[in-house]
Amino acid sequence: MSLTADEVNKIAHLARLGIDKQDVAAYANDLSGMLDLMTRMSEVNTDDVEPMAHPMDQAQRLRVDKVTELNHREAFQAIAPQVEAGLYLVPKVIE
Amino acid sequence: MHNKTLAELSLGLQAKTYSSVELTQLFLDRINQHQQLNAYITVTPELAMAQAKVADQRLANGTADLLTGIPIAQKDIFCTQDVMTTCGSKMLANFSAPYNATVVDKFNQAGAIMLGKLNMDEFAMGSSNETSYFGAVRNPWNLNSVPGGSSGGSAAAVSARLAACATGTDTGGSIRQPAALCGITGLKPTYGRVSRYGMIAYASSLDQGGPMTRNAEDAAIVLQTMAGFDEKDSTSVDVPVPDYRAGLNKSLAGLKIGLPKEFFGEGLDENVAATLATAFDEYRRLGAEIIDITMPNLKLAIPAYYVIAPAECSANLSRFDGVRYGYRCENPVDLTDLYTRSRGEGFGKEVKRRILMGTYALSTGYYDAYYLKAQKIRRLISEDFKAALASVDVIMGPVTPSTAFGIGEKIDDPIAMYLSDIYTIAINLAGVPAMSIPAGFVAGMPVGLQLIGDYFSEDRLLNIAHQYQQVTDWHNFIPTGFE
Amino acid sequence: MEWETVIGLEIHTQLSTRSKIFSGAATAYGAEPNTQACAVDLGLPGVLPVLNQEAVRMAVIFGMAIEANIAPYSVFARKNYFYPDLPKGYQISQMDHPIVGIGHLDIEVDGEIKRIGVTRAHLEEDAGKSLHEDFHGLTGIDLNRAGTPLLEIVSEPDMRNAKEAVAYMRKLHELVRYLGICDGNMQEGSFRCDANVSVRPKGQAEFGTRAEIKNINSFKFVEKAINHEVERQIAVIESGGKVVQETRLYDSVKDETRSMRSKEEANDYRYFPDPDLLPVIIDEAFKAKIKAELPELPDAKKLRFKADYHLDEESIAILTASRALADYFEAVHKKSGCEAKLCANWITGDLSAALNKAGLEIGSSPINEERLSGLLLRINDGTISGKIAKQVFELLWQSAESTDHIIAEQGLTQISDTGAIVAIIDKIIAENPNQVEQYRSGKDKMFAFFVGQVMKAMQGKANPAEVNKILKERL
Repeated sequence: MSLTADEVNKIAHLARLGIDKQDVAAYANDLSGMLDLMTRMSEVNTDDVEPMAHPMDQAQRLRVDKVTELNHREAFQAIAPQVEAGLYLVPKVIE
Repeated sequence: MHNKTLAELSLGLQAKTYSSVELTQLFLDRINQHQQLNAYITVTPELAMAQAKVADQRLANGTADLLTGIPIAQKDIFCTQDVMTTCGSKMLANFSAPYNATVVDKFNQAGAIMLGKLNMDEFAMGSSNETSYFGAVRNPWNLNSVPGGSSGGSAAAVSARLAACATGTDTGGSIRQPAALCGITGLKPTYGRVSRYGMIAYASSLDQGGPMTRNAEDAAIVLQTMAGFDEKDSTSVDVPVPDYRAGLNKSLAGLKIGLPKEFFGEGLDENVAATLATAFDEYRRLGAEIIDITMPNLKLAIPAYYVIAPAECSANLSRFDGVRYGYRCENPVDLTDLYTRSRGEGFGKEVKRRILMGTYALSTGYYDAYYLKAQKIRRLISEDFKAALASVDVIMGPVTPSTAFGIGEKIDDPIAMYLSDIYTIAINLAGVPAMSIPAGFVAGMPVGLQLIGDYFSEDRLLNIAHQYQQVTDWHNFIPTGFE
Repeated sequence: MEWETVIGLEIHTQLSTRSKIFSGAATAYGAEPNTQACAVDLGLPGVLPVLNQEAVRMAVIFGMAIEANIAPYSVFARKNYFYPDLPKGYQISQMDHPIVGIGHLDIEVDGEIKRIGVTRAHLEEDAGKSLHEDFHGLTGIDLNRAGTPLLEIVSEPDMRNAKEAVAYMRKLHELVRYLGICDGNMQEGSFRCDANVSVRPKGQAEFGTRAEIKNINSFKFVEKAINHEVERQIAVIESGGKVVQETRLYDSVKDETRSMRSKEEANDYRYFPDPDLLPVIIDEAFKAKIKAELPELPDAKKLRFKADYHLDEESIAILTASRALADYFEAVHKKSGCEAKLCANWITGDLSAALNKAGLEIGSSPINEERLSGLLLRINDGTISGKIAKQVFELLWQSAESTDHIIAEQGLTQISDTGAIVAIIDKIIAENPNQVEQYRSGKDKMFAFFVGQVMKAMQGKANPAEVNKILKERL
């Protein structure tokens, strides 16, 4: 099972992950290797098996509807790459 | 003094044989002396000293806990307020966390002293601590060998006596494997036992934080502080925390130990196998019974893990986009450029591999074949454990196929690296607790023995480990040069 | 060619919880940017979501109101995509197991009742806001709104024209306000509508390709946007083209829809169950508790008002427009013991006018049920005339006094004393011989002149019925 460079680039775009042109082939190779590993999963029939998302068979706990967080904007924005007038700045978003 | 166990140091502090300030300075000096290990990313001497002074006050007025005044170090995956929290990545190389992880708060309340943040594989992805942006960590037993990963810095620090104990995290073996390769004790608790709030996520349904220490008694003390329900973590389990030291000395007479035949087949170095066989004999002498068991779905753990973990991590790491914190590329021309270059430049190769794999596994058309299938296999593996643990008290086996490999040996062969997780990975899929304890040496390099227990049986595991450590000495050996 | 329109609506309602769906930050509208975005909302490394129980209760009570299946087991999923107002790079939503299943809403259009199916309703978190004000060519992001709970309500494609769509939207708008789960404020974005529109030749079973219209924030615009889109699609097909499945924005200024250029190819959202959250289990006990809290719904209330109070359709519509107003009316009716019509008239008339003018809701009315009842009582028992009552109403609005106090203080008691009225009438007749002459020679309209004069002389306090009776006798 092998991935083409084109597929790798598509996945990289979905993940907004910049990968160098010269590395694409290597990533394709690595991913193909991983996918080969995955084929082992088809060795076992799992038609009647329930998928398991969590080790614990627990229900989601509910939180009381109360405001518990105060305004910490200053602290949070002190570590931001670019802020102005309390807003996070990014290259213009075209709508 | 640096060679004393945490328990001994605690007694010494209580007895005022030495102060926390003295002890802290001692460790800080050692850290400085042994920078060649590259175990620490950030050392926090001022903070540590300030904490030590407060600890000494508590020790003086009788309000001290067991951990008060004890110098510890945190794997750099736990958010520590106003202290760099890098996760071993360029992406967070400048990230001063604005809050404390719950685990960090617990250590602070207990009065522990934080020496610094420990090196790790980038975003906890790796088995050798070679993927860290801050450079590889060296194994104190052989500076040309890997310490294991992802908690490589933690294992090296404890092994080289650069901290009285360390925290680690384990998603596919990242506490147990480095513990084994560095000759120390490591415990991965039951999933949900330790809060994940503030513990930077790799694979949410597999990650657990735990203690890395010199021995089981120390691990019990540290786990006592780390464990407990946290309302900020929806996956945290509300189950009472027992006294982990209370049952350490229980006799092991009649203990049933299961050895899965799947753990002792091809791929296990014969010398490691022989070392473990000696350990099993030791357990027989302690009164245990060794039973052969089978866990037929274990071999599927690696493919299942390498779908689930990357899938979860691909989404967990989407937040690193250069907008609100962390690395941002220079002069982005548009939004897409901001994202792709910040992430492309901020993440290392292994992280990118796993993000790509995870994105692929979740994408349209592949979800059923990969992700869903992997979650079904996960249930089969979990059931294997449940069935096995219904017939035996504990499962034992290797932690690693061999002792520590050389730095640079496997890093270019990711698949080979993944395959070395063979003994540890299934445990995370099931969520059961497991430990690695020193069981001997092969050619001067440590070998670890793995103990796997039923859900929330950490106290039993610690007892089983402790009894072994009463009659063996492997956990007391010191690597040359670090005496 | 005869065309049939097929419309489905996806409505996002912001639930009026105090805190966010997965964090304890506040949800209040209008705060300074990023002052209500906590660590969890910002998607800082290591943070985790915990579910707000009120959001669950609100979703369930909505489900019950539309007679839908409430899922005993529902799951939160991650919807993955990159956008600066989405801090984590994924939205926590629900995919395969939504909390509310199939239900329905009955609408009335041109006197006919039609049942519109609701496919599902699910909980999810809202995103932040992009402010396109120019920050030296950059966009500013405010994450206050990130994490606000949304209930996304998806209808079946059962609507066949814009009128039905508007009726459905109005009905839903009324319902969520009745239930107290959403304030329905479209200007503030609490109630947002996306319309899925397609056309097909009449009689064809297969649906045509649909386009999704976003950015509709008023009932009026929904109708216009849909009608415009239908025309556009028909024109495209009739000129030999094909309708493209895409997202379009409605421009209310130009009254047209246009394709969203910047949105990339169909997004692969890579949904999977969120591993930081566990399945939500809703048992019978929980459901029973919420069912008991279900208020009387608008339709039932309207029917009851008709049966019990015999009011006209228009009055019923106004009174039942909000639960608060309906409750106010019933309280006044009960307290005053007056006829429903009298109560209704005053509430839909003078009170509503005064509230509208002051920009107030009934909940903030300066005249509460008690004091309005007092006024109606005194009209009913003849203490004051309807006209004087309007004066008293003004004073009730401005002060905190009771009707009786005002009447006494202002000396507004209606004069019904025949003798006093006769005296005044005789005086006026004597003083206005010309007008008397005109009236007596057939100019009936003069009667009003005399009534006016009497009222003026008696400062409006005369009992009108008595005045009329006596005037007729004396003239």
